[in-house]
Amino acid sequence: MGAKSETWLWIAQRASAALLALCVLVHLLTIIYAVRHGLSGAAILERTRGNAAGLAFYSLYVLAIAVHAPIGLRTLCQEWLGWRNASLNWFMAAVAVALFAFGLRAAWAVFV
Amino acid sequence: MNMKNDYRSRNHPAWWAFLVHRLSGLALSIFLPFHLWALSQALQGEARLDGLLRWTEQPLVKFAEIMLVLLLAAHLTGGLRLLALEFLPWRDWQKSLLAWAAGAALAAGLAFALAL
Repeated sequence: MGAKSETWLWIAQRASAALLALCVLVHLLTIIYAVRHGLSGAAILERTRGNAAGLAFYSLYVLAIAVHAPIGLRTLCQEWLGWRNASLNWFMAAVAVALFAFGLRAAWAVFV
Repeated sequence: MNMKNDYRSRNHPAWWAFLVHRLSGLALSIFLPFHLWALSQALQGEARLDGLLRWTEQPLVKFAEIMLVLLLAAHLTGGLRLLALEFLPWRDWQKSLLAWAAGAALAAGLAFALAL
């Protein structure tokens, strides 16, 4: 991959990190709230179903993860496994698409 | 020139911070597909979700959950430290960011563990 593409990946990693900083903070507070206010399927779904703001927030969260995680894993594969050819980029692109699709499905399942 | 790292470059808090950030990122990436699968079980109704939530009541699973919250918090605070180091002009207080990051992550993990 060329220097220009690597630069774009670096920017995407930092931009998604900045967004994730906010998302993860909200998610951690939500987790702590949830365990204090009942963790049954009914209690959770009663709070989430029909919550459009929740769906919007978690869709954005999923998008940021789908960008951030594969770029991080790509670096790890390069440095620790020595996997550096083009197949790595295709594999990580597939990971990104899968995370986005399964993430949206999970958000849909809980919020719609 | 031999560029291989030896123990001296690793016997430093910043190297441990790098390792925690990388390993927590890897662990969270492995956990994520299972997490998304579990949530999507809600598509099959409340009862299915309840079945999964009951499974998570086991002590070992509870312990794993606490570890995951701790790892998520550590990845967040370690990431904020990196963003501060990379994008803010260098100031002396940034040396103590490492301690703040570790402390905040531990506090989040404890808040979750004690709320259970």
